[in-house]
Amino acid sequence: MASMIYYNVDGGFLEAIARGFRSGILTAADYANLQQCDTVDDMKLQLQGTDYGNFLQSEPSPISTNTIAMKCTEKLVEEFNHMKVQAVEPLATFMEYVTYGYMIDNLMLIITGALHDRDTNELMAKCHPLGLFDGLSAASIPNTAKDLYEMVLVETPIGPYFVNVLNLWRSPQVGERQPGVEDLDELNIEIIRNSLYKAYLQDFYQFCMSECGDETAEIMGGILSLEADRRAINITINAFDTELSRDDKVKLYPTIGHLHPEGTARLALATDLDGVRAALDPYADYRNVLAEQGLGEEKSVENAFYELEVALNKDAFEQQFHFGLFWAYVKLREQEIRNIVWIAECIQQDQRHQIAQYINIF
Amino acid sequence: EAEHSGASGAMAAIVASEVVAEELFFGWGELLNGISPYAWAFIGTGLAIGLSVLGAAWGIFITGSSLVGAAIKAPRIRSKNLISVIFCEAVAIYGVIVAIILQTHLEQVIKTTEVTPMMKYAGYAIFWSGMTAGLGNLSCGVCVGVCGSGCALADAQDGNLFVKILVIEIFASALGIFAIIVAIIMSTKANFE
Repeated sequence: MASMIYYNVDGGFLEAIARGFRSGILTAADYANLQQCDTVDDMKLQLQGTDYGNFLQSEPSPISTNTIAMKCTEKLVEEFNHMKVQAVEPLATFMEYVTYGYMIDNLMLIITGALHDRDTNELMAKCHPLGLFDGLSAASIPNTAKDLYEMVLVETPIGPYFVNVLNLWRSPQVGERQPGVEDLDELNIEIIRNSLYKAYLQDFYQFCMSECGDETAEIMGGILSLEADRRAINITINAFDTELSRDDKVKLYPTIGHLHPEGTARLALATDLDGVRAALDPYADYRNVLAEQGLGEEKSVENAFYELEVALNKDAFEQQFHFGLFWAYVKLREQEIRNIVWIAECIQQDQRHQIAQYINIF
Repeated sequence: EAEHSGASGAMAAIVASEVVAEELFFGWGELLNGISPYAWAFIGTGLAIGLSVLGAAWGIFITGSSLVGAAIKAPRIRSKNLISVIFCEAVAIYGVIVAIILQTHLEQVIKTTEVTPMMKYAGYAIFWSGMTAGLGNLSCGVCVGVCGSGCALADAQDGNLFVKILVIEIFASALGIFAIIVAIIMSTKANFE
């Protein structure tokens, strides 16, 4: 509460700019107009009337959905960087933390692509611009986790998170191979991805709780808890058909979030979807995530979580004098890009009966 | 008689030591009592204007930074929201008024060195009158600033909200008026003659 008297010294201008950007997020009326389009080129005309303006001006028609996604993301990155360069501590560190998630995603993209012998330049073009860092392209070269750390990650901000991955493997059972020497294969890549993300979430949570003031702690606490729970549930569901042992699963669950520790203990024991539903039953928010679907509508787990996330991110804008709205803005714009791409795909593939399944934001 | 003189000598010694002890004993009471009423009065006058200006400045930076940022996306809010800044500045003007009123009591230099009860009353009255006005205006300025910041951001989002939030700011700036009314009433009887 005390932050309202000194937040505006450093953060007032940027908060006002972020709220200006937020007012440009597409509303239900804009989505209704987009749904009426006949082709993707019509969508370009409709988007000209919104905050996007003439961003697709120089693209040759016919425009593909990939182009739209890329240009929308470019605009988001431009706005985010415009705010990031003007930020002062601790907001500057907060905005750095926002980019680490994308760094982890880019890193895993390069490693997975290298595993399947894809061309590095092609992969670099697919990386999210918010998560680019020096040495990213070199991530396709090393073959073991230890080399990856020493060659690429040790000087990056996500380097400290990798230490947890190495620790994860430091306790081999009797008869198992030594950790760190094996190749980066499918299962281990998933383990690396989830442990990096777990370390990142916990670090970010710690930062929000201690150095950003009370309002940020409250808002980001809720948002990061949802993120952690979503990871835990996804890890559980994806691990059903793999050889991931129960102990390894428990090591991958984040230690923040509403599901920790009782919910994650029960999730670790679940062996099928019904077990997961039983584990989630005490939590009112997550009870409906895996609910059996009625007629017609098909709602995936991902979409259910996106809806919860959008609700929390919208609430972040209801308070003034905190940092949460910078994160919320990035996530809401990402959801908007997903919506636009969904509508474009439905139009292009002529699947109009599914076109209303985007998640409305405002 | 030797006893008598011995006893009276002892008495004299005790009285003498009490007198010496009184001069040596110096606590908060002596300290505060020893400060000249003029010092109290001038400090009070300074606080009246100083704290009021601090409050006004604080309020203006709170509302100004939000206003400047929000006006980038919504330029129409620029002129209307200057009212918030004007409300903050009014707080500084209240401080000036109180300081000028207080210093009218201090225009004569009294020739006597003796401190009369009337002078003490005047000194304390003017000090606390200045404190009242200063602290009241400090809080008022900050309050108007925070409300003004919210007003600018809300107006940028939806133009209908401006007048409604302005009403909140009007109530906030009334706090400053309460403070200076009490301050002026407190200082009316202060008289250094």
